[in-house]
Amino acid sequence: MERAAPTASELARARLRRWAFDPRSGLLALAVVIVLLPLFLSNNYFYDIAIAVALNAIVCVGLNLLIGYAGQISLGHAGFFALGGYGSAILSGSQGWPVWLSMLTSCAAVGLLAFVVGRPTLRLKGHYLAMATLGLGVIISIVVSTEDRITGGPDGLSVPPLALFGWVVRGEHTWYWIACSGLLLAVWLAQNLIESPAGRALRALHGSEVAAETLGIDSARYKLQVFIVSAVFAAVAGTLTAHYAGFITPAKASFMHSVELVIMVVFGGMASVFGAVVGALVLTTLPQLLTVLKDYEMMVYGVVLIATMVFFPQGIVPTLARWLAWWGRR
Amino acid sequence: MSAAPHRPGPNDAVGGEGVALLAVQNLSKSFGGVRAIEDLSFEVRPGTVHSIIGPNGAGKTTLLNMLVGVYVPDSGQIRLTGRDLVGEPTHRFAAAGLGRTFQNLQIFFNMTALENVMTGRHLRERRSLLAAMLRTRAQARSEVSCRDVSHRLLEQVGLYGYRDTRADAMPYGALKRLEIARALAAEPLLLLLDEPAAGLNQTEASEIDTLIKRLAAEGMTVILVEHNMRLVMGVSDQVLVLEHGRKLAEGTPAQIARDPRVIEAYLGVVDAAGAGGHA
Repeated sequence: MERAAPTASELARARLRRWAFDPRSGLLALAVVIVLLPLFLSNNYFYDIAIAVALNAIVCVGLNLLIGYAGQISLGHAGFFALGGYGSAILSGSQGWPVWLSMLTSCAAVGLLAFVVGRPTLRLKGHYLAMATLGLGVIISIVVSTEDRITGGPDGLSVPPLALFGWVVRGEHTWYWIACSGLLLAVWLAQNLIESPAGRALRALHGSEVAAETLGIDSARYKLQVFIVSAVFAAVAGTLTAHYAGFITPAKASFMHSVELVIMVVFGGMASVFGAVVGALVLTTLPQLLTVLKDYEMMVYGVVLIATMVFFPQGIVPTLARWLAWWGRR
Repeated sequence: MSAAPHRPGPNDAVGGEGVALLAVQNLSKSFGGVRAIEDLSFEVRPGTVHSIIGPNGAGKTTLLNMLVGVYVPDSGQIRLTGRDLVGEPTHRFAAAGLGRTFQNLQIFFNMTALENVMTGRHLRERRSLLAAMLRTRAQARSEVSCRDVSHRLLEQVGLYGYRDTRADAMPYGALKRLEIARALAAEPLLLLLDEPAAGLNQTEASEIDTLIKRLAAEGMTVILVEHNMRLVMGVSDQVLVLEHGRKLAEGTPAQIARDPRVIEAYLGVVDAAGAGGHA
């Protein structure tokens, strides 16, 4: 039977599908959501949650590059997050450095630490990085809660507000724009990375490591570079969180926080930049929504996680993308 | 652009007769006491097609894996343009100019055909992570040229129509050619083809035959491991016969076809005409 010419609705569907899979449209859609969202944020409490979502999403976009693309798990990203925050807090607080310089320095220091930890471990095949980062995270967590003369110990540390050349950033509304700009930048950087020789090299390692190496791809080098990038993303979010909240506690460095970050990435979908954003969105807001359930909060939280992994085994965004692709082809 | 640019031809002054592109010397490899390759030496001159044949288990794939650095030989040397590569990591072998395809496909199934070939351009593109993340102007230009070259390579192997198809949705015969295009994308000095016609029907095998002949005509140096004797005899300049990890015979296809030892190894009997020639 001869194939009929495509109907108008088929063409529209094909166009929609092409648009939906274009990475630039995703970035644009995210920007539109960010601009329109304040219309629905009726008070500062909602702003506060939106800022937390954006800052968590920055960490997840970076962590997703590591888990979803380099195929390595870090169980110490809360450590990098907290180290960024504490470093910037200490330098700008007791040391009296300018805030922007403190932020830059502490993020660079975290990048250096990631290099030192990643270089020996990522040469080995297997999940040695997960073990190394687990250990590192625990050490950081212990240090920040016991070195109380520098870090304030379990009571936490107050952090000076973000000041840029005399302009002091205060208030949820301003912070909303800063955190969201940071998120847009993180997504843009991550998308650029994925659509580049380096990004293809990482995906190739997933497809066939032996073939990748015979094409000249130095797998250890790329894994290390991505690990450093993801640690720096976490540190950036950590410094922003500390200066926004004006306070930082050792809870930010806890192992549970590291696990939470990994769950966000897996929940939203590995190897999907927007999956990381959706994972951060859902799992940051869900506990807030579930507080109305009081005693049953954690139980429902667990059920939501299990149900998602049963019905969206690849995470929310990749599974939805697959459905959309199927619907577009039909 | 040709798939094999700036390559010395067989009669070039630079890589003239006798000067080997690849020189393998006294190569040996055992696996737990079983000798897969034993004291093997041979040379490949630039611009030639060098076939390696032999019964199953003769050590052909082990040899190929050593030539690209996947296995490290127990002893011996692998010299490409004079430099010994033994002991270096696999990606350095690739950077030195060795490209390969795989007997059991090693396609990136999580990518489209085009992305597979673009990944093959890895060594030829700017690959700084920072420049990539910031999408510098040079990076963007490099990406465009990478796409163009990859499109042309897909055209050359007749897969342009599959460019945006994910590799896991492509037929077997097309994947065989996709691997060749991906290997060519790196512009290797020496291309190693591991049974490119295995599992293909007559038509597909003759397409591979045409492709190899065209590459040879363009000056590409090829090592071909293959069971399809019609293909081997048709395209090769030199044939190396392996048996139990040792060199049984080496010569032109005509010499090999007459060699009584080869006939015996392949047929298990001494041909009547050659009786007495082999004690």
